[in-house]
Amino acid sequence: MEKPFRRRDLLGIRELSAAEVIGILDTAENFSEISNREVKKVPALRGKTVINLFFEASTRTRTSFELAAKRLSADAVNISVSSSSVSKGETLIDTAMNLDAMAPDCIVVRHSSAGVPHQLAKVSRAAIVNAGDGANEHPTQALLDAMTIREHKKQIEGLEVAIIGDILHSRVARSNIHLLTKLGARVRVAGPGTLVPADFQHLLDSETSIDRDNIGSNIHDPRPLAVCPSVEDAISGADVVMILRIQRERQDSAYFPTLREYSIHYGLTNERLDLAKKDAIVLHPGPMNRGIEIASEVADSSRSLILDQVKYGVAVRMAVLYLATGGTVQQPGRE
Amino acid sequence: MKLLIANGHLIDPAAQENTGMSVLVEDGKVTAWIRPGESVPEGCEVFDASGLLVAPGFIDMHVHLREPGQEHKETIASGCAAAVAGGWTSVCPMPNTNPVNDNAAITRYMIEQAERAGLASVFPIGAITKSSDGSELAEMGEMKAAGAVAVSDDGRPVPNAGMMRRAMQYARDFDLPVIDHCEDKSLSSGGVMHEGKISLLLGLKGMPALAEDIDAIRDIILAKDTGAHIHIAHVSTKGAVEAVRRAKNEGINVTCEVAPHHFTLTDKAVEGYDTNTKMAPPLRSDEHLEAVIEGLKDGTIDAIATDHAPHHADEKALEYDRAPFGITGLETAIGLAFNELVHKGIIGLVRLVELCSANPARIFKLAGRGTLAPGSVADVTIIDPDLKWIYRNSESRSKSRNSPYDGWEFAGAAVATIVGGRIVYRR
Repeated sequence: MEKPFRRRDLLGIRELSAAEVIGILDTAENFSEISNREVKKVPALRGKTVINLFFEASTRTRTSFELAAKRLSADAVNISVSSSSVSKGETLIDTAMNLDAMAPDCIVVRHSSAGVPHQLAKVSRAAIVNAGDGANEHPTQALLDAMTIREHKKQIEGLEVAIIGDILHSRVARSNIHLLTKLGARVRVAGPGTLVPADFQHLLDSETSIDRDNIGSNIHDPRPLAVCPSVEDAISGADVVMILRIQRERQDSAYFPTLREYSIHYGLTNERLDLAKKDAIVLHPGPMNRGIEIASEVADSSRSLILDQVKYGVAVRMAVLYLATGGTVQQPGRE
Repeated sequence: MKLLIANGHLIDPAAQENTGMSVLVEDGKVTAWIRPGESVPEGCEVFDASGLLVAPGFIDMHVHLREPGQEHKETIASGCAAAVAGGWTSVCPMPNTNPVNDNAAITRYMIEQAERAGLASVFPIGAITKSSDGSELAEMGEMKAAGAVAVSDDGRPVPNAGMMRRAMQYARDFDLPVIDHCEDKSLSSGGVMHEGKISLLLGLKGMPALAEDIDAIRDIILAKDTGAHIHIAHVSTKGAVEAVRRAKNEGINVTCEVAPHHFTLTDKAVEGYDTNTKMAPPLRSDEHLEAVIEGLKDGTIDAIATDHAPHHADEKALEYDRAPFGITGLETAIGLAFNELVHKGIIGLVRLVELCSANPARIFKLAGRGTLAPGSVADVTIIDPDLKWIYRNSESRSKSRNSPYDGWEFAGAAVATIVGGRIVYRR
């Protein structure tokens, strides 16, 4: 098994090989039962320090990383920087160097600007884990989505996955596109024309990292990613329907006229979901805008695995922190 | 005081000369050409230029010297030091200083600061509108009288076509070229790199090529209407190059320049989020770079200008989204032109000198410059076309360090720069 994460940073899924992704998922699966124990703690990261450096508001992701660190016995410190470093008169690099001087083993960083984890990784000694950077990537979200899909569909290879909504601004979409195509799924994306640029069709054209050899199968479709003209086209026959959150704060940029119109034309309703395979599952990275991108009856149905995603999020982040701070890949113990 | 630049290879396209020739300089002027074998006057200081190219001084039509107002990034003195180290004998600073160069007093101040520094000559570019805010015309006539050679609102292009038309009508009275940084900000606002596959991959907001195309085409239509001379700054898109080519064929009074980074790097360089790859217009994709190269080859592009835009390291040590646009360029331009254009056989040496000296002098009507014909100003760039060297930000004469070419190896450099008959730089 090759060593997961070059340099032990987790900057994005794009930089990982399929084998590395599978290594993380296997390790996460191995760790997932810890959260079901009465004493939810193992000493794997005892004596290690994890800093959660959040430049952008987050409840779920920050809590998930914090719990993951604590369940592995790491010391976790949360830093929320309300606005950017500029307002304090300190450069981004200064902020990182100061924290790094306190010798953490890992810095988990979220920022509204794409590329911040990459910039920090160039100067820090601590491993950098990307907890979401602008519209670039949110790798642990894609990993927890993949874990959820794997648990319910047994394998990712060969699946048809529809991703619906604001693709342009979505780091969740990008990380999922990279991960799912690396593992042999086919992804279709759809949403308003203003938020799903046609260039997305060519997103993976220059990518060389899709190594299908490691997953042992022939994929004949040369186009693992397709932009669909309508939400209905994307959902038809899909195994997985992933709904992206509409960011209301972007409303002033006028990418679509009203939330009402969005929900009518692009929202996931039971009728639209009926176009998918009968056993299709629904994912949403949260927090949901009920009645806008997803109807409540879909969100609350048994096909929706939104709470499973949150549950697996802790296991995935345990695996990521463990591997980032020097652990080696764990095979699932139950097989 | 006589200086003989002896035994070099003279390339002077404006005088249609390309041959072995010594150049005699007296009191700041070229006084004679001396052919091999002809007798040499007595009592000269001799600069041995054997094996070297002797060209009329290079003129950078587009720099930012930051003074007055942002002297932590650059001063006229430090910018001129970088200029002469890069082989430029004259530089033309854009008016986006603080306050904006929108009046004769600031124009004069910039020229005086350059004279104090005693390195390169400075020919300021005045603002089109007061404070470059696009609302009222600046005093172009007064600025011209003070020494301005063109007008531009550079980074804040006049968004209103009606105002731009009026500016061209007015600038024509004073025979001033109007320079436009073509960017329709309603299309590019918020963008930080070229819009395309790479911006989608990196999750950075794109600036579409058509934002440049639309403004360039608008300006060309206005130039045709007004008869004014429009000079398109730093063309970077296929659409803008093609628009200029068509307009020239139609006889419209349009010229354009290209920045070295637009014929050497593409948007792929943004991978890794180094903020020294962020500038406006942004690094474009392959098809645009190829169109720019084609424009350099076929004469559509008139000049190479650096768009030298120094920013302090603290300002660039920010998130990619927040870092300011711009890179330094004075010291790397000749190296890049040799590496990417001359040594690859894309352009010859005569064309290089046209692009860097003869054409800029013609476009800005700099009398006695852009040529070394007897009687002209003794501004000379002496080049070793094969000298191997490595550019290092840490050794730059600029006050700023924001070049993406740190550590690049070049073949070709200015080895001496002569301004007004004085050797102001020697490698």
